[in-house]
Amino acid sequence: MKYVDEYRDPVAARRLAGAIRALVTRPWTIMEICGGQTHSLLRHGIDQMLPEGVTLLHGPGCPVCVTAAEVIDQAIALAATPGVILCSFGDMLRVPGETGSLLAAKARGADVRMVYSPLDAVALARAQPEREVVFLAVGFETTAPASAMAVLAAADAGLRNFSLLVAHVLVPPAIAALLAAPDNRVQGFLAAGHVCTVMGYDEYEPIARRFGVPIVVTGFEPVDLLQGILACLRQLEARRAEVENAYGRSVRLGGNAPAQAALRQVFAVVPRVWRGMGEIPASGLDLAPAYARFDARARFPSAVAAPASVGPCISGEILRGRSRPTACPAFGTGCTPARPLGATMVSSEGACAAYYRYRRAAA
Amino acid sequence: MCLAVPGQVLAIAGDDPLTRSARVAFGGIVKQVALAFAPEACVGDYVLVHAGVAIAVLDAEEAARTLACLATLEEEAE
Ligand code: SF4
Repeated sequence: MKYVDEYRDPVAARRLAGAIRALVTRPWTIMEICGGQTHSLLRHGIDQMLPEGVTLLHGPGCPVCVTAAEVIDQAIALAATPGVILCSFGDMLRVPGETGSLLAAKARGADVRMVYSPLDAVALARAQPEREVVFLAVGFETTAPASAMAVLAAADAGLRNFSLLVAHVLVPPAIAALLAAPDNRVQGFLAAGHVCTVMGYDEYEPIARRFGVPIVVTGFEPVDLLQGILACLRQLEARRAEVENAYGRSVRLGGNAPAQAALRQVFAVVPRVWRGMGEIPASGLDLAPAYARFDARARFPSAVAAPASVGPCISGEILRGRSRPTACPAFGTGCTPARPLGATMVSSEGACAAYYRYRRAAA
Repeated sequence: MCLAVPGQVLAIAGDDPLTRSARVAFGGIVKQVALAFAPEACVGDYVLVHAGVAIAVLDAEEAARTLACLATLEEEAE
């Protein structure tokens, strides 16, 4: 396929690796931010093509992984609300919060659906006006424009049964947070090519200057990745710290203007909690006041306020050490390892499963 | 999750800026793609598609320049 095959050419990849070997005179540590790039680096064995001493660190660039457990619990609580259809991307459905995953909620009878695009959720809301469709909106700047478009389309169609549980995250504040950490080892960054397709790359200039690190906008195919790594290492060897674009066929300096305009219209920048990193200032998007009517948190305040108390499952309390499995009314009756109601009964290492196996008689 | 895939625009429908869409071929698969964020896309262009939305029209000249850079590098390495 055009724009894919020529960037998977193994001969070109080997020659780029040769150029990297010829260039490098000392150890360097580079981080790729994006989980898609991490996947591609390992899949194509690029880490193994680099000279010893060049270390690739993998960044927090998996929106699914950084979404706080609390948000997943809110989504599960919404999914359990009568009349609600909860939609999200496939990856999101498997991730556990403290009260299990959306797939587990689906197994318990909640109406949880996988969609390919937020626009599919809008179409669903239009087709089923008697139901409330909630889209769990996760993702970086690459994905946020699709969510913004869904909100604009829903507003345009006058839909009153469509809302978003927004958990979008922004990349540059996370890079700055990583670089500001006292134990930071990262000397250069590969910026995520598709995030920059939307946002451009001028917002990385102040970060490169402040921390003295090169930041190279990089694509996803093997040749793209090696070109990004080569450009980053060239800067490091020459003691330069500039923002550079190694993904020109897709990324322009200013990014995608109509997508950014939609983001500015629909969303406001907010502080956000990242799983594993804590709260990072100005690192998330949430609905702007003008679109607050599409905010699932405002529309279903009781559901999102008490996620741990939905249904009989008290696994959230159990995981926090505040309660025991035997205190749960469903333990051993409505909830068993064969028909689990919560994460702690699913996993063989979960407290409820362990109690079921060893302590049922005593209960 | 930021996976975005290039595909070729086969046909464009609609003239409302928000709901304009295209039929886009990804190898053998054809999908409907929203064009609101790629208003300049024409039939025959390659667009980069993420979550059902085109987020860029791929720049053929830039792509050629990148591959040409690669060719000079290959000569150096040989
Ligand atoms: S026994 Fe089942 S329902 Fe009760 S807390 Fe444990 S997992 Fe949840």
